[in-house]
Amino acid sequence: MNSTWSRFNITSIVLGFAFLYLPIVLLIVFSFNESKLVTVWGGFSTKWYVSLFHNQGLMDATWVTARVGVISATVATVLGTLAAITLTRYTRFKGRVLFSGMVFAPLVMPEVITGLSLLLLFVAVGLDRGFVTVTLAHITFTMCFVAVVVQSRLVTFDRSLEEAAMDLGAPPVKTFFQITLPVILPAIISGWMLAFTLSLDDLVIASFTSGPGATTLPMKIYSQVRLGVTPEINAACTILIAVVAIGVIIASIANKRREIQRQLDEQAAQRG
Amino acid sequence: MKSLGSIRRDFAPWNDPNAKPYIQFDKVTKKFADFIAVNNLSLTIFEREFFALLGASGCGKSTLLRMLAGFEEPSAGRILLDGQDLRGIPPYKRPVNMMFQSYALFPHMTVEKNIAFGLKQEGMPGPDIEKRVAEMLRLVKLEQFAKRKPHQLSGGQRQRVALARSVAKRPKVLLLDEPLGALDKKLREETQFELMDLQQELGLTFVVVTHDQEEAMTMADRIAIMDKGEVMQVATPAEIYEAPTSRFVAHFVGNVNMFEGRVAERTASTTRITGATGAQIVVDNGGAAAAGSDIIFAIRPEKIKVSSKKPADAVNVLEGEVYDVAYLGDMTVYHIKLDDGQIVRASALNASRITEDPLTWNDRAWVSFRPDAGVVLTR
Amino acid sequence: MTNIAAAASSSTETAAAPPMTLAKGFVDRLVIIIPYLWLLFFFLVPFIIVFKISLSQTAISMPPYTPVLDFKDGVAGFFAGFRELNFDNYTWLTQDALYFNAYVTSLIIAGISTILTLIVGYPIAYGMARAPATIRPTLLMLVILPFWTSFLIRVYAWIGILKPEGLLNQVLLATGLISQPLVILNTYTAIFIGIVYSYLPFMVLPLYSSLEKMDYSLIEAAQDLGCPPTGAFWKITFPLSLPGVVAGCLLVFIPAVGEFVIPDLLGGSQTLMIGKTLWNEFFSNRDWPVSSAVAVILLLVLTIPIMFFQQAQAKAQEQGR
Repeated sequence: MNSTWSRFNITSIVLGFAFLYLPIVLLIVFSFNESKLVTVWGGFSTKWYVSLFHNQGLMDATWVTARVGVISATVATVLGTLAAITLTRYTRFKGRVLFSGMVFAPLVMPEVITGLSLLLLFVAVGLDRGFVTVTLAHITFTMCFVAVVVQSRLVTFDRSLEEAAMDLGAPPVKTFFQITLPVILPAIISGWMLAFTLSLDDLVIASFTSGPGATTLPMKIYSQVRLGVTPEINAACTILIAVVAIGVIIASIANKRREIQRQLDEQAAQRG
Repeated sequence: MKSLGSIRRDFAPWNDPNAKPYIQFDKVTKKFADFIAVNNLSLTIFEREFFALLGASGCGKSTLLRMLAGFEEPSAGRILLDGQDLRGIPPYKRPVNMMFQSYALFPHMTVEKNIAFGLKQEGMPGPDIEKRVAEMLRLVKLEQFAKRKPHQLSGGQRQRVALARSVAKRPKVLLLDEPLGALDKKLREETQFELMDLQQELGLTFVVVTHDQEEAMTMADRIAIMDKGEVMQVATPAEIYEAPTSRFVAHFVGNVNMFEGRVAERTASTTRITGATGAQIVVDNGGAAAAGSDIIFAIRPEKIKVSSKKPADAVNVLEGEVYDVAYLGDMTVYHIKLDDGQIVRASALNASRITEDPLTWNDRAWVSFRPDAGVVLTR
Repeated sequence: MTNIAAAASSSTETAAAPPMTLAKGFVDRLVIIIPYLWLLFFFLVPFIIVFKISLSQTAISMPPYTPVLDFKDGVAGFFAGFRELNFDNYTWLTQDALYFNAYVTSLIIAGISTILTLIVGYPIAYGMARAPATIRPTLLMLVILPFWTSFLIRVYAWIGILKPEGLLNQVLLATGLISQPLVILNTYTAIFIGIVYSYLPFMVLPLYSSLEKMDYSLIEAAQDLGCPPTGAFWKITFPLSLPGVVAGCLLVFIPAVGEFVIPDLLGGSQTLMIGKTLWNEFFSNRDWPVSSAVAVILLLVLTIPIMFFQQAQAKAQEQGR
């Protein structure tokens, strides 16, 4: 393989990753800028982080976002897992085409359309815009992502595990909770994390479906960005990036360690 | 026809007209959309029998097993177990257990928990479960691996856990789907005998699915050879090999030479066959072939003697020249091209170290065989 | 046997006579019905409402439209409502060149950006697929990681870079490559950069998965048969990676057409894209019927690529089995 890992390949990867990461790195660097000008370095300072914590509006928005994220990701994970099971296990039922269409379409649907349509639904049924409506909207569009993640795990799931459980006397529902669920749990967890992050990040759908008192963090950041680039926003963004990045990195390191341990175990088993 | 016995000489319920069948497939058909996996198949298996379903992939043998386990329902026909019709009984309520080809060990549970799973489902009290699990671990010699997870085991150990798990509930019937398929050759041979011992010890009925004829021949009391959803022959391993009833079975198990021909004359004790190219063959037993009918004469290579001089006293002698020789150590395989053009395969055991007259390419050679060496096939 | 039977039983037989579905009867139905109803109510019904409102009159009230097709008066009232339907909003869209231009511009921008993303993304995906197997998971994680960070933040990061007094201009001025600051922010160029940057992972991931699956001995075989490396790339590698190319392009193109954040933050007020138009129509002009009509047309425009996407998904799903 090494012969094909050519200079061209290395160059394209290095440039590609530089392109992907440089803007984020710069954003983080300038959040520690003493100067108020975002683009001129005025020395190291953490004062913007301090002022961030005194910004009540921002803190409120963070709290709203966290609650919306946890609730919507949890409900979306349940619904998305059910949808994934439906997609992989029930290959023929009335309306399956419509169903898979409704699961996959939101993945690429422009957010402005999703946001507008959900808002009009809430108005039509007389639901006041606020915390509940944002949460419902986020459940709807994130459950489809959960469904895709869980579905791709279910496709490779060894059905003979379930058959073995039933063969040994476990009825179907028990089989699901004792065998299927524990085995696909990692996929469900990453589905939850994806749903949570998507909810955390969403600006457009939240702007349509949210109401007074339920301003989310991206909405708050957006309204400030429109007024201009400030180090304070950089600091807020940096914290947001750090939270997500640490979560993802911890998850993948844990994963990696499990994988390595597993490989070691397997090698040991082959030898012994 | 002489009746050929099984490995266990005193165990032959299939020859006893009063023996009660244990598992019965009664005109069972299974269709998947347009594909007929099992076609109007009837089969009887007896208690404590070690029964093998042998066939190439796609012949319907696994479907048969899965219908017995309850994962598939027959499209038509009945399956009876100990006199009870199994239709509509879900797999988790059937008194049969299965050992899966992939072993299907639960990856998130230890060896112990895997073995205990089935016992828990039937509500066995805790201390009894512990006792049974310990017993099973001892049986498969995995006592010190009880706390390991499946991925911490070698292939052979996993296979034994799967086995222990499936016999832990003491099922009426144990179904084994390619039980040794994932093991390497050496381990496979060892395990074959372990499986046979286990079956004896527990007194269970085993139904094993395999595509490996050697495996089936080694372990089974009786073998059912399957093709395209139908049973071609059910018989003891010796009968399958020595007295196949069809071209398919003769071909499927071991090597065989086939001569096309026609029955020229039939008497009570002998049948004379004229080969398609003129050769004359005399055999003891003509089977069901009537005089004048087209038949196939099938004979195993080791039943053919090759010599460099024409044997004086042999009944069936054909002349040709050596076309190919392969020395395999324990035996030598000759391909003799007969004067009528047909190639005959013959194998000779190298019983002594020095061969007195080694035949080689293009030598004249004579092949001979006894009248009872081959079989006459009508289909 | 096992394969055929398993394939047959899992793909065709399950519904007709389901002995092996996960659960029978009631539970089965529940598993299907719960997500189904949710999506019907929160995904399909809203579209019908959008369609309905796009046919109603603008009114200065809350909600700012006069309802048409209301079930309050029963079925008869519903059908009577049809007479009040009007296509004024759609006529309005065709008469005002602003909307037509916005649609066309959006499609062109999305198209160009998709091609640019492909050009940028392909070498990265190719390099990753050819990387030593040990570092591939790490590279994959590095591609996915930005996807986990906020879209808004990633777009925002570019403002500081592309501004006239931004970092890019500072670097270019300092190195003497240019003497005047380049005007990039608030132009279409900025939108291209923004889309390529934001959607790059969507392009790289499907490309990578199709390239990684490819058997490298195919290239060796082509070269062994006398095909030079570039020829082998265009004749073997690229055609085999086409499913990934199609999936990646659709994943970029479809959302890019209706993109709002990027044109709004990087494109300034001069650039025109339909997502932004819809947003303004809704939030600034408070004209819900017109913005609904804009959404309906946008959806119609995207129907064909979305159907392609569905098909690609279904195919991938089949192969996954």
